[in-house]
Amino acid sequence: MSAAAPDPSTINAVSVDGVAKRFGSVAALDGISFTVAPGEIFGFIGPDGAGKTTLFRILTTLVVPDAGTARVLGLDVVRDLWALRTRVGYMPGRFSLYPDLSVEENLDFFASVFGTTLKAQYDLIAPIYRQIEPFKERRAGALSGGMKQKLALCCALVHRPEILFLDEPTTGVDAVSRREFWDLLGELRAGGLTIVVSTPYMEEAGRCDRVALIAGGRILDVDAPDAIGARYPLPLLAVRGPRRFELIQALRRHPHARSVYPFGDELHYTDAREAVDPAAVAADVQAYLSAEGFADTVVEPVRAGIEDSFMALMGAPEGAAA
Amino acid sequence: MSADAAVEAHALTRRFGAFTAVDAISFSVAQGEVFGFLGANGAGKTTAIRMLTGLLAPTSGEARVAGRDVYTQAEEVKRRIGYMSQRFSLYEDLTVRENITLYGGIYGLTDREIDERADRLLQTLGFTHAAGDLVRSLPLGWRQKLAFSVAMIHQPEIVFLDEPTGGVDPITRRQFWEMIYAAAAGGTTVFVTTHYMDEAEYCDRVSIMVAGRIAALGTPDELKRRYDAASMDEVFVRLARADEGGAQEAAT
Repeated sequence: MSAAAPDPSTINAVSVDGVAKRFGSVAALDGISFTVAPGEIFGFIGPDGAGKTTLFRILTTLVVPDAGTARVLGLDVVRDLWALRTRVGYMPGRFSLYPDLSVEENLDFFASVFGTTLKAQYDLIAPIYRQIEPFKERRAGALSGGMKQKLALCCALVHRPEILFLDEPTTGVDAVSRREFWDLLGELRAGGLTIVVSTPYMEEAGRCDRVALIAGGRILDVDAPDAIGARYPLPLLAVRGPRRFELIQALRRHPHARSVYPFGDELHYTDAREAVDPAAVAADVQAYLSAEGFADTVVEPVRAGIEDSFMALMGAPEGAAA
Repeated sequence: MSADAAVEAHALTRRFGAFTAVDAISFSVAQGEVFGFLGANGAGKTTAIRMLTGLLAPTSGEARVAGRDVYTQAEEVKRRIGYMSQRFSLYEDLTVRENITLYGGIYGLTDREIDERADRLLQTLGFTHAAGDLVRSLPLGWRQKLAFSVAMIHQPEIVFLDEPTGGVDPITRRQFWEMIYAAAAGGTTVFVTTHYMDEAEYCDRVSIMVAGRIAALGTPDELKRRYDAASMDEVFVRLARADEGGAQEAAT
């Protein structure tokens, strides 16, 4: 972060400093700080219970933090909440539209709350709304998951917000609908909208300009997705071969194994030795596997992705069984 | 139909009014297999699973699970299967041990069996210290591991897992899959749905449902070869995109 005074034209869309929130004995957010630049897609990547929803509720003025300050569009989320509310769009994680109203009635309602009409804002939401418009008479509760999600996005956009907060918009959504949804976000970003979005799907990090990895109410790292992967501190190998389950066990017995995880059709092996040539480690592990009776395996160094980094930064999950 | 398949569906069909949610699907799952049951939202997966677990009657067709007809021998089937639903599997207001005791009782285990299996289960999960905690207070990853173990408490021949890893952290997600492998190695057939395409690669075979039908079925390697795809994600996108609209829009 630069220490220079901010240029007013590049004032942060979001600026959070030391925000904490507790519910009883649980620290939902444990003193987090970050900034989001205007026009960015900024992603919060983390599992259930990481604190993502609490953070989004604070940023949309629905929950007051115990400590720290948060500014959105330059406005304080506690003091300036009324000024802020008309300028942010929020799509909560749980489906929060009126199930007994039709698609069109829901949109009319949300438009009228903000003193506008569906007609006046049609051009803005048209790229998304057109996909569900053939079903505008249908009750919102009777829509499929993918259509509900598109309607919720339309309702969050209908008052022309300057920044959009999307809390896990793709959770429980199939891989194809997820891709389409991210394509839509890309189009909105191209129109100049700032988007803050959370997801438990690590591979969606690649769709963001920058991401924060979040777990247990703390931010583990913030950067462009590639930059986070590039910081992976230890040699990482991809191992391919038959008898996966046994292969995992064998790799874990390697004297220098730090971690071994299945990764799609590969296994990812992290070696505990720092500052060694990954190619040499690959040769060593290959020889080790041959000696252990796994002759037909392929071992090669691989670049770390977000999920590798996330697991390394997380360390052991709570209550990990041996 | 072969006698020794764990799950066998023949022209299994379910209509809701004019809408055909599951359209004459036929497939079989071998004993001890890890079978991935994939499909887009609204493709008919949940309806199919509800029929296979005896929770919903088919409009036509036949399903056999653990060698028994799901409709004429429903009670015998229920004793031989475990089911972990995505939405609900444990009572949040009960403690960890109370949940285990409750499910053990429902499945007709003796008090001694329940005690022994509860102790072993808690030890295996490393949860012994949390036996008296309310399930509500547990992190999601713990809850899902516990729910799986509880679904296995009566040592079923087949366990049905409906999106067991949704929202779970990446390390716990992988530990969950090791539990699945261990169950399969012990002879239990695992029938699992997921939206994580990397997990599709962990299955022995996968089927992909599109618009109520099984559009593809095979090992991950076979499917990747057949669709000339680098990953299961690509296979999935190709198949589901081929049916843009129809299935999804009709679903309720």
